[in-house]
Amino acid sequence: MSDIFEQIFQIGFFTAMVRVATPLLLATLGEMFSERSGVLNLGIEGIMLLAAMTGFSAGYFSGSLWLGIVVAAMTGIVFGALMGLLTVTLGLSQHVSGLGVTLLCSGLAFFGYRLVFGQPSQPPNVAAFESAPVPLLSELPVLGPILFDHVTLVYLAFLLVPVAAFVLYRTPWGLNLRTVGENPHAAASAGVSVAWKRYQALMISGALFGIGGAYFSLAQFNAFTFGVISGRGWVCIALVVLGRWDPWRCAFAALLFGAVDALQLRLQSSGVIDLPFQVFLLLPFLITVVAMALVARNARAPAALLLPYRKEER
Amino acid sequence: MQFRLETRVRSPAWMNLVLPVAAVSITLVICSGLIAAAGADVFAAYGALFKGAFGNRFNFIETLVKAAPLIFTGLAVAVAFRAKFWNIGAEGQLLAGAMAAAFIGAREGLPAWSLVPLMIAGGAAAGGIWASVPALLKVRFKVDDVVATLMLNFVMFYGMMALLSGPWKDSLSGYPDSPDIRMDAEFPILLEPTRLHLGVLLAGVGALLVWLLMTRTTFGFAIRAVGENARAAAHGGIPVNRVVFFTAVLSGGLAGLAGVGEVAGLHFQVMATLSPGYGYTGIVIAMLARLNPIGVIPSAIFFAAIATGAETMSRATGVPVFFADVIQGASLICMLVALLFTQYRVRVQTLARNA
Repeated sequence: MSDIFEQIFQIGFFTAMVRVATPLLLATLGEMFSERSGVLNLGIEGIMLLAAMTGFSAGYFSGSLWLGIVVAAMTGIVFGALMGLLTVTLGLSQHVSGLGVTLLCSGLAFFGYRLVFGQPSQPPNVAAFESAPVPLLSELPVLGPILFDHVTLVYLAFLLVPVAAFVLYRTPWGLNLRTVGENPHAAASAGVSVAWKRYQALMISGALFGIGGAYFSLAQFNAFTFGVISGRGWVCIALVVLGRWDPWRCAFAALLFGAVDALQLRLQSSGVIDLPFQVFLLLPFLITVVAMALVARNARAPAALLLPYRKEER
Repeated sequence: MQFRLETRVRSPAWMNLVLPVAAVSITLVICSGLIAAAGADVFAAYGALFKGAFGNRFNFIETLVKAAPLIFTGLAVAVAFRAKFWNIGAEGQLLAGAMAAAFIGAREGLPAWSLVPLMIAGGAAAGGIWASVPALLKVRFKVDDVVATLMLNFVMFYGMMALLSGPWKDSLSGYPDSPDIRMDAEFPILLEPTRLHLGVLLAGVGALLVWLLMTRTTFGFAIRAVGENARAAAHGGIPVNRVVFFTAVLSGGLAGLAGVGEVAGLHFQVMATLSPGYGYTGIVIAMLARLNPIGVIPSAIFFAAIATGAETMSRATGVPVFFADVIQGASLICMLVALLFTQYRVRVQTLARNA
């Protein structure tokens, strides 16, 4: 047994944990913003998939991976705004609207990919983002390789955590956003436009879903496949609950999930446990459900989550 | 002159027909842009789609065969959403039912006559049990039903694939497939030499039974009461948690039957590609039917037609077959928007001139 532990919990494991957690962290922070404003954004899975496709295509044809990231973010903003049109302006069911956006985006991703690339025998690929070690810091023992030897997007994602916390808790914009999610009537009487705030939050969430999705096709892998997201977006909905709608705790939840994911990858490749590899693939989803069962009772969602806001109703 | 929005208390019955038709028509118009983007002629493409779905007796029957699992998943979602139990897990429950059916259907020890009834009962039970997990998590631990049902879809799919590549793999096959069920376990064909099997008939009967259950029984009444206002229902003496739990089990059982039909009537085994997202399509179908069990039938036939027709269209015009997936998402959104007309009416009024 101790052999297994030695094989698994090496520095490489923690490096993988940070790498795997990054796209989930981006998407989880995005979902946190939209839920803090009072809108559950179930478009997450589809937006991530579509942005993984558009981002990859842009990177492939322009040769610039960063342009791919920008296109992915724009894709997310567009469909975040669509989500706003449905749930904020029209006040439709957030559950069904989100599922609709996910189904639409997934369809568009498959359709668009086939339209652009046809059915090649070899899937097209790009030279993915390369690791950009931070000078000096990456030389540190243990912490260096774990924290400071990654692609740039990883640093940006983790830098986003304090930024998000600052914006949410220390700025008038963040205060207004939280009020809109807790008590939209109070926010409206203080002169805040509830609708515009929710649009902003949804577009931010879309952008972060988009970047998270493109991380898969441009950094983690170097190609787009139909199964590139396969449930990772849905997991982020759970991570927001586990992270109690707080940027720091969300980051912790994403890292925890990253650890589970990295662990199953290592168990898979170590061959120590002789089981079909799908057993390891299901582990992260099973553990997420168990974790939800443990914390959900005490979770307190933003009070106005799922409730459409109409001016005349009090 | 001025337009004013008024809230409606009740929506007239004709809307149940007009709204989905309008939503679908608008979807088809919007999505014709994609056909043009693929460089095909819009009318030729839709013509090929229609021909592929309904053009001759064979194609029409294939569409009906495809509609069978969709009717069941549509019913599963319609029942669950009525109680506001957000069951996005019909996909996993379908697989549970399919696995139970494939397991029972391959048992050599069972008498031949018992196989089909046992597969139906076992498949429904498996789907129901799998759905009871998120239901318990919701009523006992307050776990969000959307998250739990979605996660469990992946647990079920990977679990199934693990079994299929390990202990349950057909030793004669090079792929991760289960062994075939016995000949006696196959659903009878209703119309030789087509693939129209017993499962298609069961789906139709199922829709009728669910309709009776929802409109003519106290359980159906309780489901609707809980969905409309859980607090009022509890006040009226309805055991809300128990109703939610059994609604979920019923919903899962219906989804399980979708899996039974696919195994016993069509594939005779389980494999990775058994369900191309029938559980998720069920959501679109149920919403287009306005959660009405009878409405699920035409709604399911429509999406089955899009799926079979899209393949013909793709072969004839080169428009990617995933056109069908876009249609699903777009029609769900259009239907949602159309439903606004059940809540509001547009009044045109002429203002009296101000002095």
